[in-house]
Amino acid sequence: MSEGIGASVKRKEDRKFLTGKGRYTDDINRPGQVHAHFLRSDVAHANIKSINTKAASAAAGVVAVYTGEDIDVGGPICGWVVPNRDGSATHEPPHPLLAKGKVRFVGDAVAVVIAESLQQAKSASELVEVEYEELPAVVDLETASAGAEIHEGMAENRYFDWELGDEEATDKALKSASRVVKLTVRNNRLVPNPMEPRAALAEYDDLNDSYTLYTTSQSPHLTRLVLAAFMFQIPESKIRVVAPDVGGGFGAKIYVYVEEAVCTWASKKIKRPIKWTADRTQAFLTDAHGRDHINNVQLALDSNNKIIGLRVDTLANLGGYLSAFAVAVPTYLHGTLLSGLYDIPAIYTNVKGYATTTTPVDAYRGAGRPEATYLLERVIDQAAREVGMDQAEFRRLNFIPKDAFPYQTAVALQYDTGDYEPALDKAMEMIDYKNFESRRSEASKRGKYRGIGVSSYIEACGIAPSAVAGALGGRVGGWESASVRVDPTGTITVTTGAHSHGQGHATTFAQIVTEKLGVPNSSVELVHGDSDRSPFGMGTYGSRSLAVGGVAISKALDKVIEKSKKIAAHLMEASADDVEFKEGKFTVSGTDKETAFGEVALAAYVPHNYPLETLEPGLEETAFYDPMNFTYPAGTHIAEVEVDPTTGVVEIVDWAACDDFGNLINPMIVEGQVHGGIAQGIGQALLENAHYDENGQLLTASYMDYCMPRADDLPSFKVECTNTPCTHNDLGVKGCGEAGAIASPPALINAIINALSPLGVSDMSMPATPETVWRAIQNAQARAAE
Amino acid sequence: MEIKESYDLPLPIETVWQALNDEGFLKNSIPGCEKLERISPNELSAEVKLKIGPMSTRFKGKVNLSDLNPPNGYTISGSGTGGIAGAASGSAKVSLSKMEDGEGTILSYQVKAEVKGKIAQLGSRLIHSTAKKLAKKFFSNFVQELAK
Repeated sequence: MSEGIGASVKRKEDRKFLTGKGRYTDDINRPGQVHAHFLRSDVAHANIKSINTKAASAAAGVVAVYTGEDIDVGGPICGWVVPNRDGSATHEPPHPLLAKGKVRFVGDAVAVVIAESLQQAKSASELVEVEYEELPAVVDLETASAGAEIHEGMAENRYFDWELGDEEATDKALKSASRVVKLTVRNNRLVPNPMEPRAALAEYDDLNDSYTLYTTSQSPHLTRLVLAAFMFQIPESKIRVVAPDVGGGFGAKIYVYVEEAVCTWASKKIKRPIKWTADRTQAFLTDAHGRDHINNVQLALDSNNKIIGLRVDTLANLGGYLSAFAVAVPTYLHGTLLSGLYDIPAIYTNVKGYATTTTPVDAYRGAGRPEATYLLERVIDQAAREVGMDQAEFRRLNFIPKDAFPYQTAVALQYDTGDYEPALDKAMEMIDYKNFESRRSEASKRGKYRGIGVSSYIEACGIAPSAVAGALGGRVGGWESASVRVDPTGTITVTTGAHSHGQGHATTFAQIVTEKLGVPNSSVELVHGDSDRSPFGMGTYGSRSLAVGGVAISKALDKVIEKSKKIAAHLMEASADDVEFKEGKFTVSGTDKETAFGEVALAAYVPHNYPLETLEPGLEETAFYDPMNFTYPAGTHIAEVEVDPTTGVVEIVDWAACDDFGNLINPMIVEGQVHGGIAQGIGQALLENAHYDENGQLLTASYMDYCMPRADDLPSFKVECTNTPCTHNDLGVKGCGEAGAIASPPALINAIINALSPLGVSDMSMPATPETVWRAIQNAQARAAE
Repeated sequence: MEIKESYDLPLPIETVWQALNDEGFLKNSIPGCEKLERISPNELSAEVKLKIGPMSTRFKGKVNLSDLNPPNGYTISGSGTGGIAGAASGSAKVSLSKMEDGEGTILSYQVKAEVKGKIAQLGSRLIHSTAKKLAKKFFSNFVQELAK
């Protein structure tokens, strides 16, 4: 069927979005609504000596002014903690909704001014007098780990000190190695930059003592759970969270931030709906940033160039407060991926997470896995260079062989399936790897240095098997829910706990229904994003919507089919065991009897002829699905670049991506996800960097100074797939949302190093801006001249 | 960021020193200064209107005189908040010395400046050039005032 699984159906949601008809949080207005503006700290680290809100409270249009002292509910919480090496627990310092006594980053909310108009709120906030006693800013990991104190009583300024793997075996491998390849890399800090900034519209219903919060969330149910059970300590059923159309998230909209919670809290105080929408500067300052690791890597090789051990010591900059999943990102989403797609017998990693007086850091597209892939693919590339092997062949030599699955890594995960060489071969063929040297020499005649870079990656998606997450310190489950309602006329309404903010769920999920029930896509409606309208769900992040949420839909559809067969059997006067269902028709094997799905649906709701003694009327089923394991998308990306040595400008001239996502539901949407992911990875590798000055001021807080990738920074991508279906879910799917952002940065940096290695360049930091590249060339030439 | 400059003034050191301690002189010299009032011997309150890149902001704050070493120099420091635009602070270590001819004075200064909040987020790249321009303007105004 052309609209079922595997078809590149055009996205249902595009008409709305492309014609500007999307309905976002800021588009919603409620009668009597007022506006909130947050006064933010403009110093990175200070004690608050006093706050005077008198003048602001008296200003025109002001309804209320609140500070930390007024707030009587709790602040954001940690959703994941890990044990320290010494057995103690992760340090979870309090994060008040509005600063109490101290500010810990530029942008920390100090007061909220609520007024009739936004302009009045902003003007009045200038009248709030805050007296600070400034303390030293802590910006970088070196200062953070050298005795700073940001949270009272937090020893060594460290949130946690975690380890994974066998240290003894790994150090033994490093000692016995015929070569140890060493590398230190920094994973640059990124600002997520979803197109729609965060927003909230909170309304309190006095009659029912309940709240409704419209907000930009990737996980409305979790937002409700956290607000009700942990912050406000009220019955969960008293809060409804609606995440309407959401314009991108990339991780930054998973968490419950202080602004959304303060608006909700204050809506009861003033008994009026309160709206807040971040402007772009506030988004830069307060959306949880991504990455910011320093990794010290040691790779042990034996005399046959086989990898025998890997040790990674990581310092993670987690910012002024511990965000919801900040602990999981550098630990279980990072340490567990360090085997990559390589057969490495001994791995050990230690991760120390530090506080700094910067914006909190949390999951950003890929979340831990890009950092793991970057360090691994950089050190692999360096190893190949050091031993004089071709970069692709060195990888091939060390890949986990395809007959070794299921493969137990040295860092907790068990890969269910995979076959890595076909993707490598395919990518090499797509980019014409074997003729690269002739392109290199042609480029050198034009004065350009041409290079080719490989990155073979694996990621753990479909977050997460609850039992695994729980054992590893996760405080939430990792399942997903779905409900399928067949209407009397045979149309279908699917509700899901997953949340679509650009992923195309309305299209992809309809294709699953079409495949299973034989109804056209146009008969399927998707409902999501409203905690009152769908069964409890976990939201969208970690490339989980299809691999967990889609499978839940498939399971609910199976229940619908099972019940339909019983109804059909009654209608056709046959035994349910003899009824077959295919392409929307029920048949009885060995006879010419048939009945359409629509007739069964009608019979379920108009049960004039129906087995009511044994079967309930109606046709609506709900399923909850908790995966047995993560899914493991993997693949190879190859980048080809040309570097102008006089300016340091890098031009990406070609890009081949071959990914194994298991079965594809909609190849067009998958390709789009890969394009977007690669673009974000290229942004990290070439352009983007959140830069703080030594006083903790974010100097890259606008698009004048923070460089996002644009179309003319990118080549036309060649994207193909291989397929080893996931072995443990019904659809054989793996997830594709983050792969591009995970695979691409090392491919690009390796290509630049490859291009410049004739000049003696052997290292390159991200972002590889023209200045960084030019300096690396100058330094290498200066070294060569010595 | 630090900026260093020096000027040769055809005036005796005592005259220059007096001017450096006269709020009328200072008010006319500080670029964009709309108000300057002495609140204690070494402390003044100030209102200054500044344009940094795209932002035009009125800063309210204090000016302090410290390290007083008459007539050889002092440190003049100021900090102010510009409301929603953020805050700025800066100090200038001013040294006076007699010229070799014994009549004129060499005025040299060393300026440090720091910005916070929106000015840092949006205009940081402009701060060095702005601070340099403002410091130059201050001392050239000052020299002009002295010449009157």
